Amino acid sequence: MTRFIERHPAWALILLIAVAVMLWLVLAVWPPGLEEAIGRKRVFLNAVFNGITLGSLYFLVASGFTLIFGLMRNVNLAHGSLYLFGGYIGYAISTWTGSWVLGFIVAFIGVALVGVVLQIVVFRRMEGEDLRQTMVTIGLSIVFADLMLWVFGGDFYQIQTPNWLVGPIELPLVTAVKSSGEAVYLRYPMVRLVIFVAAVVIGIAMWLALNRTRVGMMVRAGVDDRDMLAATGVPIQLVFVAVFALGAGLAGIAGVVGGTFQSISPGEDTRFLLASLVVVIVGGMGSIPGAALGAVIIGLAEQLGSVYIPTYAIVVTFLIMVLVLALRPQGLLARR
Amino acid sequence: MFRSCAGLVALSSLLLSGAAIAQEKIKVGVTATLEGTYTVLGEDGIRGHQTAINTLGKKVGDKEIEFIIASTDATPDSAIRAVRKLIEQDKVQILLSPLSGDEGIAVKNFAKTRPELTFVNAASGAQETTYVDPAPNFYRYNMDGAQWQVGLGKYAYETKGYKKIATVGDDYSFIYTQVFGLVLEFCGAGGQVTNRQWVPLGTKDFASVIAALPDDVDAIYLGLGGADAVNFLNQYQQAGGKAHLMGGSIMVDQTILSAKGNAKNALIGTIAASGQADTWEDPGWQKFVKAYQDAFPPNKRFPSPSLLATNYYNSTMALILALRQANGDLSNNQAKLREALAKIELDAPNGKIKLDSNRQAIGTNFVTEVVDDGKGALFSKVVKVIPNVNQTLGYDPAVFAKIGVPSRTVPECKKY
Repeated sequence: MTRFIERHPAWALILLIAVAVMLWLVLAVWPPGLEEAIGRKRVFLNAVFNGITLGSLYFLVASGFTLIFGLMRNVNLAHGSLYLFGGYIGYAISTWTGSWVLGFIVAFIGVALVGVVLQIVVFRRMEGEDLRQTMVTIGLSIVFADLMLWVFGGDFYQIQTPNWLVGPIELPLVTAVKSSGEAVYLRYPMVRLVIFVAAVVIGIAMWLALNRTRVGMMVRAGVDDRDMLAATGVPIQLVFVAVFALGAGLAGIAGVVGGTFQSISPGEDTRFLLASLVVVIVGGMGSIPGAALGAVIIGLAEQLGSVYIPTYAIVVTFLIMVLVLALRPQGLLARR
Repeated sequence: MFRSCAGLVALSSLLLSGAAIAQEKIKVGVTATLEGTYTVLGEDGIRGHQTAINTLGKKVGDKEIEFIIASTDATPDSAIRAVRKLIEQDKVQILLSPLSGDEGIAVKNFAKTRPELTFVNAASGAQETTYVDPAPNFYRYNMDGAQWQVGLGKYAYETKGYKKIATVGDDYSFIYTQVFGLVLEFCGAGGQVTNRQWVPLGTKDFASVIAALPDDVDAIYLGLGGADAVNFLNQYQQAGGKAHLMGGSIMVDQTILSAKGNAKNALIGTIAASGQADTWEDPGWQKFVKAYQDAFPPNKRFPSPSLLATNYYNSTMALILALRQANGDLSNNQAKLREALAKIELDAPNGKIKLDSNRQAIGTNFVTEVVDDGKGALFSKVVKVIPNVNQTLGYDPAVFAKIGVPSRTVPECKKY
């Protein structure tokens, strides 16, 4: 942090001002002039919160994708299928048992097992052959999509949110003041907040696991120099399988989250594959904090875009990607 | 090994295609949205198509019709790709296509480049397709989006007492046409449309759109379809939304009313208008529902056919009947078939259908309200039946032409 300020004082100042303006926009009661210029504060706050919660869903999908890429240099283009499969498992389990939480656990385990099979049967056979892996995973994603269409049909599945999570709660953020002087607080869907908190917890847990544990150390060493790590006697294939399972399992969890506050249907697989590609390109391939930053940026861009420039909302995401590729092609938080 | 195998396959496919020509088949290409946001709509369309084949059979004299299905994803270029593939690879002579609004405009324009073939619209409902510069070889047996909204504006204003509404819709031609029909009638009756929000087709996260909905309106009109509609309802419920809702023709439809999960319950009591009503007691409609239900096992269909199934059923029926009238004669640029298609009066399950001079359907429209059947299934209940709805919605053609083509801002909210 201090090094960043020393190296780029101008950028640091701009960032600081941006953060301050953002905080003021969120916390202060807007003067009438501002409301006239850019609309009600409630709309703005909702868009910001939605951007962050949508970002947390993107983070769950993209973190697995980037983890797998970072360690094994596999571009797993069947990652979207894992997301969709997790969603279907979550739906099946939660309607069968009535337990939302159980849906998450089974989806994680189920999809992680699929990941293990993929790693052992497919990826181990073509280590280091980028083009072959890409083609095979594209092929697999098409096969998976058709298999799931065959089993689950084209219907929309929406995972039942438990009763205690349905509906909005009031947050201690003032959106407006009535003429009587009474403050109006922001009402926000409970389920999205819970999902956001869960994503933050998962993100921190992953960061801790990578930076503070022995296995994490092996993984980080593998990212830097795989051959050297193997030469020191670490069972590298086992580490690969574990990381693949974790990445796939996260995609499975994300599927349940997506099925809860959006819906699951054919086509979602490619949508989330594209989203996670954009996120990791913006954030930096292979970097977990990069995935988090990229996910929040893309989520915010989508939501703020859909409110303030609805016609061009779709373009904004790709504009960001183009800008990043032009100015910092390795991604915002990539190490190299 | 692989090579000899491939050779064998190529050889056998050659032999097979030779056999097909010997039997004299009439080849018809069908497109449906079997991918993307509108997958469910495409699937049910194909079910309607299949129901028509089950009812009428595939024989035309001593010839047999062969249907070849291709998939699209509701974008115009995917529709053109599918149609081209059907024409160039499968050598179809007639097309039953497409399903969605923007696809319809693209296929109509494409039809002009292939004047020797005949195009029967499957289900698309943008006004522009048959109203602006229509193609002489393009026939549409379903009404357009504006015709499907007839009756809703007046019912909302006069009976329900909604004076001010806002609209949210998918940003493409079919929904423009639907909002066009609604605004024309609602504002004509004296109502006000304060805000029109457009979201890209395929939007999944509506939370911000929901937050931006105005508070000071009596009802919100939803012109969404497929996965978008389900996501909107889900997030609307999570945000604790309580406003009265009004629905477009693919919003209040079995494709949404049968979605898994309980988000659809937000629709109970919603008023809507469409080319059909699930609980209509007309014997022709009931017979069609029965045929649809008997054709597929309960877990592979909806409790009752969707608007798409009905449209595909009608267009398939029109085509088969016209082919029979023409005795399967496709000579002279299919002149006999076209004559039969233009003249045919369809005794369709959702009311009589005939074509106007633009080859656009004149038919019956239904105002409906969503009810729960007590067992958790939702249906649209008939409120009002309006026969003989034409494309100019009863307006004088000169006046209607001045309103302009449906778009994000057309028509203005005033009495024309």
